[in-house]
Amino acid sequence: MTALATRGLSKTYGEQSVVDGLDLTVERGELYGFLGPNGAGKTTTIRMALGLIRPSRGEVELLDAPVFTPDGRRALERVGALVEEPGFYRFLSGRRNLEVFARAGGHGDGTDLRLSRLDEVLAIVDLTDAAGKRVRAYSQGMRQRLGIAAALLGKPDVLVLDEPTNGLDPQGMREIRRLLRRLADDGTTVFVSSHLLVEVEAMCDRVGVLAHGKLLAEGPPGTLRGFADHARIEVDDVARALAVIASIDGVELLEDGSRPGAGVVRVRLAGATTAAVNGALVSSGIAVSALTPERSTLEDVFIALVEGEDVPR
Amino acid sequence: MFRVEWMKALRRWRTYLIAAALAAIPIIMVLALKLSPPTGPDSGDGPPFLEQILSNGMFAALTGLVVIQPFFLPLATGLFAGDSIAGEAQGGTLRYLLIRPVPRARLVLAKYASAMTLLATMLALVAVSGIVAGGIVFGLHPIVTLSGTTLTMSASVLRLLATAGYMILAVSGLAALGVFISTLTDSGPGAAVATIILAITSEILDNISSLHAIHGLLPTHGWQAFIGLFRTPVDLGPMRNGLAISLAYTVIFLGAAAYRFSRRDVAG
Repeated sequence: MTALATRGLSKTYGEQSVVDGLDLTVERGELYGFLGPNGAGKTTTIRMALGLIRPSRGEVELLDAPVFTPDGRRALERVGALVEEPGFYRFLSGRRNLEVFARAGGHGDGTDLRLSRLDEVLAIVDLTDAAGKRVRAYSQGMRQRLGIAAALLGKPDVLVLDEPTNGLDPQGMREIRRLLRRLADDGTTVFVSSHLLVEVEAMCDRVGVLAHGKLLAEGPPGTLRGFADHARIEVDDVARALAVIASIDGVELLEDGSRPGAGVVRVRLAGATTAAVNGALVSSGIAVSALTPERSTLEDVFIALVEGEDVPR
Repeated sequence: MFRVEWMKALRRWRTYLIAAALAAIPIIMVLALKLSPPTGPDSGDGPPFLEQILSNGMFAALTGLVVIQPFFLPLATGLFAGDSIAGEAQGGTLRYLLIRPVPRARLVLAKYASAMTLLATMLALVAVSGIVAGGIVFGLHPIVTLSGTTLTMSASVLRLLATAGYMILAVSGLAALGVFISTLTDSGPGAAVATIILAITSEILDNISSLHAIHGLLPTHGWQAFIGLFRTPVDLGPMRNGLAISLAYTVIFLGAAAYRFSRRDVAG
């Protein structure tokens, strides 16, 4: 049982490829972090998953139903979502807005359930006191929280949230992270996009890193960390050391201590071991006074992955 | 969905502003005639039936409908139909309706139905405001037709109702065109203005007699055919033409709107 699955999903606008052959599988009940810089294709992917825009190629399934079919539309009834930014009728109060979205799409059990939950979801996002105010008068953080409340209305099995902590203060961010963690622990599948590492690192079961429309890495935040290890090397001759390093496979230069003579070189070990690097330097007659492996943060991984995409190989 | 649309409309200032402006028109005409009645013979200037209000308040309703039709009706159609879907896209609410999910074709129909209901309400408001204001100031009497015959009181009221009814049916084609335009863009005001411009252009072209050949294709052609209701015998031919045009526009453009909107990428 998958909550969301894409196979070769692509979206191109003219020449420009926004999402490029994306294969993604989100299992039921997991809290999946969809990480990527702005413009990576996160929102486009989410729009395709929700049936708002049609893929140029590939398939997308929501709760095992192809999205652009009647089954897919029925699956949407079990999904709550925040796409890009919350959208509200500015001339209506927060509560009325929720009521509009609760009633939209006809009547039936779903509508009754949504209507019965208005006060509950307003309380969850701490907007009970502001519920009667027009959305026009809401701050960005309040709108964001109202957007999350709207996504929660139908007690969804799957929650798809695009940058849900946008515009929130640190405390608000933490509250939302806790809320999402709690929902996931109670069995809701949560798919959350973000360009903030700390955010996904703190709460997600699994993280996928997207850049330029491609999935660059995927896994639990912990395993992603080990993906790229760095080493800091102190040598007596930076210029010669750089030449040697350039000749070793599986090592990428991160930075060098710019001045000639003794200095520090930082490298990323993409396959090569610290011992191999050390051996190569020493056998070329370079004195290595220190070689310190640096455990990378997810941020390093992220930047390495994303920047690596720009480097032609 | 229709109920939701109605609820939204009733909580917008815009709706009341248009309603107030429209309802004020017959009242202003009645007051103007009362305070400064025209002297001498009918000058022929000004809207048709205007000076008949002096002798029969019933004409305040009729004249009100006649004067709002060329400009205010397209304006209201632009705001209610032209803005309908594009406005949702611009406000960022469209995507949330669609992932609710509201089927796209159904949203098009609901928007059209609510625009038509609002337009009908506005026309009714003008008629009622005219009857009340005209009745209070000048009294209500049976209508004398353009052919010189005098109708009974109930026939007079019926003709007035038929006029409003015909006007709403006649604008239905333009409203469908407005909804179609609304599916093409993410700018609410843009779609509203485009609808208004098309309507006014159509009215201008309809008045150029050398363009007679294309008059039958214009969405506003036949808008004035209600005048046939005030002849004896009633002249239904032009009204039938007008209704046929509106029906054709409604079918074609609602279909096009549903087709186009169902296949379109929604970024708004």
